[in-house]
Amino acid sequence: MSTSTLAPSRQSPAARAVHTLLHSRELAIVIVLALLILVATARRNSFVLSADGWRDTLLAPSILLLLAVGQMVVVVTRNVDLSVGSTLGITAYVTGKIFVANPDTSVIVVFLAGLAVGAAIGAVNGLLVALFKVPALVITLGTMYVLRGALTHEVGSKRMNAQDYPAHFERLGTQQVLTIPVLTIIALVVVAAVGYYLHTARGGRELYAIGSDPDAADLYGLPATRRVFGAFVLCGALAGLAGVFSAARYATAFSGTGSGIELQAVAAVVIGGVAIFGGSGTVWGAAIGAFLLVTINRALPILGISEFWQGAVVGALIIGSIVLDRVLSIRRTHQLVEARDHA
Amino acid sequence: MSTLTPDAPQAERATRTYPSYSRNLLARLLLNREAAVILALVVVFVYAMGNVQYFDGPLTIYNLLKEYAPILLMALPMTLIIVTGEIDLSVASTLGASAAITGVLVVEHDLSVPTAALVAIAAGAALGALNGFFVAYVGLPSLAVTIGSLALYRGLAQGLIQDKRISGFPGDWRSWPTERIGDTQYPNIIIPIVVLAVVFGLLLHFTGFGRSIFEIGLSDEAAHFAGVNVARTKLILFTLSGAVAAFAGVYVALKANSVATDTGTGFELKVIAGVLLGGVSIFGGRGALHGVIAGVLLIAVLNSALQLDGQGSEVIQIIIGLLLVGSVIASNFLPRIRALLPRRAVADAATPKTPVNGDHTRKVAQ
Repeated sequence: MSTSTLAPSRQSPAARAVHTLLHSRELAIVIVLALLILVATARRNSFVLSADGWRDTLLAPSILLLLAVGQMVVVVTRNVDLSVGSTLGITAYVTGKIFVANPDTSVIVVFLAGLAVGAAIGAVNGLLVALFKVPALVITLGTMYVLRGALTHEVGSKRMNAQDYPAHFERLGTQQVLTIPVLTIIALVVVAAVGYYLHTARGGRELYAIGSDPDAADLYGLPATRRVFGAFVLCGALAGLAGVFSAARYATAFSGTGSGIELQAVAAVVIGGVAIFGGSGTVWGAAIGAFLLVTINRALPILGISEFWQGAVVGALIIGSIVLDRVLSIRRTHQLVEARDHA
Repeated sequence: MSTLTPDAPQAERATRTYPSYSRNLLARLLLNREAAVILALVVVFVYAMGNVQYFDGPLTIYNLLKEYAPILLMALPMTLIIVTGEIDLSVASTLGASAAITGVLVVEHDLSVPTAALVAIAAGAALGALNGFFVAYVGLPSLAVTIGSLALYRGLAQGLIQDKRISGFPGDWRSWPTERIGDTQYPNIIIPIVVLAVVFGLLLHFTGFGRSIFEIGLSDEAAHFAGVNVARTKLILFTLSGAVAAFAGVYVALKANSVATDTGTGFELKVIAGVLLGGVSIFGGRGALHGVIAGVLLIAVLNSALQLDGQGSEVIQIIIGLLLVGSVIASNFLPRIRALLPRRAVADAATPKTPVNGDHTRKVAQ
């Protein structure tokens, strides 16, 4: 029996893929999300079936999607980044600044600027965390304060308004290709790229190794400092991109833009089945978690639950999904122990 | 307390809790995280007294304590929780929920303030116990659980208040917390704060329960095998955290004479910033309550001095952030600086280095 576990699986790749899918942690959230959308649509057709409803269903989660993906990469390394909300606020404002200086600036340039500013902030976080070996929770709590303070100092009670953003940029916020919003397409491309990297590339696999046992990764000679630094840079860059998205979608930026969204990003990651202590989880999970969080806020009033109880439902959902995660992991452990005992 | 802690365990505790007793007194006092925070507090306070206009006025201390009382309160149990290596992000939401309960009971149901306060505190203890149950008995990471309950408890407050604005608390109790003690600059709320600070200080530093908190922070498993009931200890701490946060909620409701759904939003990060600034290790196993009190007061004094100096709240935000980052990085280097300083030969010989002591020093150094 013991050799059979080492031999190649006798199942066909397709059967194995189906098996993996059916037993994946993400399937549970997908089902919850699908049920939510189905029931809400049954109650009110326009929830998804109208042009606006369809657009909102896809567009509304795009900002949180980017934040959740970046956060997931950091969480996999057993760290956390609380400064993403401040980063989002800063880049949304910088976007406005660029357009005020030159309304004809190309959208591509603005996107690159957002990515660059975010990456620079992420680099500072990453340097502090990776080089000084200090807890990310404390460092990014600190940089969250510093960045928000700096933004407030710069912006004060002023704000960037719709007239500060040129029309071609604002259109981007609602533009669609084949009825799919452009911003959503970009966000999904990011999800796919990061997911592919984490799943297949050596660097991506090393992030999991570092998160599941930092000491072992160190002893094995993995470049932990560089990888953790890279994860923070990526997270910052995506938060920067999310800032540009936010500016495009709402055509506004003020000192409080993005404040509090960092906890939503962490919540999306947690709901998506990414272990908060690193080493496991998928980008798809985090992305679906973000989708679910945003969609539930839109769906609850339709389901007849007063909007005042939304927060409570979201909280119960977060706790419910980590309990589910725990139950599944215990069951998996039991199965592994049984398999070993029978071997 | 002395009857409960005979000499022998006390000596043992001394070598376990503090890594380097083999130095002379001065080095020990100056190279200690708590001492550094207290020193910073004194320096900033004295500087502000001399250089910031109106800081030495009669209202400064009063306003500062009134404003930071809830943070100070919540920081006390938070210290114990972080020393065990856990964290409670839901305190500000618990505060909001208990403020909502107090408001609804007093204003809409005409309950007396003390009765409503007791109900709110009991509810807060229950919310804390729920966190504790998930962390201690279900074995979930506290960071994840309390992010969930942060949303859940805030949601309860919203559901309870909805879009109403609750205001108009009747009676003497409304003004009690903010009245001064005699002719001093101290508001009445300082009395329960001092009482709770003493209780939590004794609990953490002078009881077996406190020692088990440090042991859990150093290693859950080791503490378990040493006979500590890890789960029960964590449950108790989270319950206390909920109860104290609820008490702070009652205070905030009475102080503002109104309750809104966003009462206390963001306080959790201020509390955690104060605790970490006060020298508590986020990894657990290290910290002292007097350091935390100094840490919160340092933020409060900075805030007040900068406000009186005409600076906006964003400057204080930047300074808290820089302090937080700087203090973690500095405390990372502190053990290395310590290692460079000469040791006292006699004391070195007199104090045998136990393995526990050595282990602890290494853990702190990381």
